[in-house]
Amino acid sequence: MTEFLQHLVNGVSVGTIYALIALGYTMVYGVLKLINFAHGDVYMVGAFSGLYIARGLGVDAEPSLGKALVVFVGAIVVCAALGVTIERFAYRPLRQRPRLTALITAIGVSFLLEYGFQLPPILQGEVPFPPGPTPRFFPEPFARVDYEPFGVHISNYDMVSLAVAVGFMFVLQYIVYRTKFGTSMRAVSFDASIAGLMGINVNRVISWTFAIGSGLAAAAAILVAGSRPSINPLLGLLPGIKAFVAAVFGGIGNVQGAMVGGLVLGLAEEYVSGYLLSSYRDGIAFALLILVLLFKPEGLFGRARAEKV
Amino acid sequence: MDFSRLILRSLLPLIIGIPILWAINGHLSGAAEIILMTAGIDVILAVSLNVVNGFTGQFSLGHAGFMAVGAYTATKITVASRSLEIIGLPAAVSDQVIFLVALVAGMIMAGLMGLVVGMPSLRLRGDYLAIVTLGFNEIIRVIIENTEFLGQATGISGVPYRTNLIWVGVGVIVTVMMARRLVGSTHGRALLAIREDEVAAEAMGVDTTGYKVRAFVISSAFAGLAGGLLVHLIQLCTPRTFTFVKSIEVVVMVVLGGMGSITGSIIAAVVLRFGVEGLREVQQYRMVAYSIMLIALMLTRPEGIFGTRELWDYIPKLRKRISS
Amino acid sequence: MSVEVGNAGAAAAGTPGRDSDSKTRGWGDTCLEVKKVTMQFGGLKALADFELTMEPGELVGLIGPNGAGKTTAFNAITGVYAPTSGEVLVCGEQVNGQRPHQICGRGIARTFQNIRLFKELTALDNVRIACHQQRRAGFIASFLRTRSFLDDEARITKRALEFLDVMGLTRLRDERAKNLPYGEQRRLEIARALATGPKILCLDEPAAGMNASEKVALMELIRKIRDDFKLAILVIEHDMRLVMGVSERLVVLDHGVTIARGVPEKVRKDPKVIEAYLGDSYLEEKHIAIPAHSGEQMVEGEVPSEESSVNEVQA
Repeated sequence: MTEFLQHLVNGVSVGTIYALIALGYTMVYGVLKLINFAHGDVYMVGAFSGLYIARGLGVDAEPSLGKALVVFVGAIVVCAALGVTIERFAYRPLRQRPRLTALITAIGVSFLLEYGFQLPPILQGEVPFPPGPTPRFFPEPFARVDYEPFGVHISNYDMVSLAVAVGFMFVLQYIVYRTKFGTSMRAVSFDASIAGLMGINVNRVISWTFAIGSGLAAAAAILVAGSRPSINPLLGLLPGIKAFVAAVFGGIGNVQGAMVGGLVLGLAEEYVSGYLLSSYRDGIAFALLILVLLFKPEGLFGRARAEKV
Repeated sequence: MDFSRLILRSLLPLIIGIPILWAINGHLSGAAEIILMTAGIDVILAVSLNVVNGFTGQFSLGHAGFMAVGAYTATKITVASRSLEIIGLPAAVSDQVIFLVALVAGMIMAGLMGLVVGMPSLRLRGDYLAIVTLGFNEIIRVIIENTEFLGQATGISGVPYRTNLIWVGVGVIVTVMMARRLVGSTHGRALLAIREDEVAAEAMGVDTTGYKVRAFVISSAFAGLAGGLLVHLIQLCTPRTFTFVKSIEVVVMVVLGGMGSITGSIIAAVVLRFGVEGLREVQQYRMVAYSIMLIALMLTRPEGIFGTRELWDYIPKLRKRISS
Repeated sequence: MSVEVGNAGAAAAGTPGRDSDSKTRGWGDTCLEVKKVTMQFGGLKALADFELTMEPGELVGLIGPNGAGKTTAFNAITGVYAPTSGEVLVCGEQVNGQRPHQICGRGIARTFQNIRLFKELTALDNVRIACHQQRRAGFIASFLRTRSFLDDEARITKRALEFLDVMGLTRLRDERAKNLPYGEQRRLEIARALATGPKILCLDEPAAGMNASEKVALMELIRKIRDDFKLAILVIEHDMRLVMGVSERLVVLDHGVTIARGVPEKVRKDPKVIEAYLGDSYLEEKHIAIPAHSGEQMVEGEVPSEESSVNEVQA
């Protein structure tokens, strides 16, 4: 029973992280119909931004809640800016082109981030920039306390992470469904040109969508960095793909789908690798992906779209 | 009389090519030969991927997975038969025969895998198909890494050196022949129709799903050939050679050359391989240069160097003679 | 030209969806039967109980305001959508539920409302693809360049050139389809559809974007194709003059429902048809009443053609 609960806690914990990243994929796909291959790498940049800010503030010498907050918000802001920049220079010029062109560009941006961060250093420092391929360590923002209710391991990091992630998801839900901006976003995802004709500033909506999505990825990265402090330029690969699977599973373009998908994937990974083969843990995401795409490609909450002939 | 004319017509490029390759083989410096062979393998990869991505307009991101299937199949056969000899043949010849069998077996297995992957996936739209093929690529890799029979992460040891310029050259000739003859046939036109407008193609009597699967199978089979040739060149058969990064590298070749252009794929593959070799010292910058080039290409000239044209499209007289 | 015709035999009489006042040519048995075909997309019934019967040689016009379901009917017949209910039979054999390429093999060809040519391919290649079904050699044969493959290619090319010639496009054979002038593109689409060797040809707004003289030429062409190839032709058109001039009978759709059928002279005066196109305020204005059942007269107006002004409607 304890094991079951442990898997539950871990599954929800990692699931909410997947959900946060998945939201970025799903929102961008919604408004641009583009699979943003570079999103996982924005997550990675979020982790490194947090690292640089933390080192700059001297967090490992004097950890404090205030500094932790600055690191958190700072990383979010950096990544939001990054997302907007990528959209502006790499995707916006291709809006009228076939989707394939933008997809290939996204792959290019992804590689640029991954391998750019592995280059030999230009700016020296405790942690140089670019950081290079060696793993770096994220300092502890505040003291870690472990609890063991009912025999289940859970730390204050896990609890904070869960609370923040869920909180963000509620806020996003509010934004998307109860604000004017959210309505514009949904209008653009339905039909961008018509939305433009209705007076919606499509470019601005898309920029903000990227900003929010990238910001959420950064938040996820910082939340994870507490319990998994080793970061490297290829950090975003696996979580990126898994979060993408989660988004597709829930129905890509659907905000609630991304949240549900993330949780389902997190729990599936935990339970399958816990009770069956642990070495296949990473393969579960792919298997889930294949299954979804073969049996219900539009995802859990998605609706199949017929092409007009 | 008719049979000999058939042989002549169908195998002419090989009849001319093999003696030339035989003559060159062994006369180049070691380094030059290796670059040439690697470039040749890249050409096989690019042209075979072009069949799916370029001719048929489907976006496949899993080419390396099929390479792996071909490579491992071929390796298993050559390693298992290291001590075997075909009765009546000298050892060297026997080795070559076994290698041929291994390569063909690799192609067949890779083609079968293409069938398995293609049949359910090809009804999916463009970006979804890309993701599924990527997924399969990674699944194949994960399976290899977890299977003892396939050597897991360390790979299979004792891969014999079998690839030489002749083998690669023949592989290139056969691949280009296949692509050229495909596109110049009614079957090839069916693929092009699917790329141009799938709905209209279907309405004109083309079995779009069937043809997409066929293109996929052919493409995978030749990826398997490339895989078999590669591992017997580098004498290494590990899953690390066949990650999705490799798939992306092949996609870059095809996109750079122009999706739908055989000439483009050949030239891009050769240019990129020689470029990579030339930049050996700055290895770390290779991927960054790659990605910048990809982005720049998509922003400025997404159709690649050749677009959908071939070299002979620029030579009107030659074109008229070929199309008649 | 090798186009198959429906089986010779006594023409069917009194079949549903036909009108007794249209003549048959005796070119064969009924080749198309559409029985109570309904297309439902979620909550929207795009096509309700659509019925149609055609014999070889008939020219039928399918008209109705925008969004009436005409292209949906085409799509249901040609297999792009599987009908939610109902049957489609070609020469007595059921085809609904089959894939479009199979239905094409059975003998239905179509053109598209928005031109769907293979843009990067030449005009010749566009038509050659339509000849794909006549191939005999398989993949391996094409790779080995066997004699049967070469014969195939020669036959296909010859056939394609013949159809290009029929539509007057021979000199454009090597032009990429996207470079052709608009009128030529429309004709190429028809050539391509013809090359599949159909028994039934469905033309979706073939005259869209053409000027008056081009439309007249198109009318002639449609009749000529019908005569030369002994086809049944179903035409969607918005140009009233064209469709009434070329059709032997009409079927009128509005919001998916068939509101009238019959010879053009009768249909143009049908008040339900007038209302569908011009709205009921027009009817009120002109004192036209809609009878409870079609068949009663009380007709005081008719559907105006494009060129005639509203004032010319006879009271």
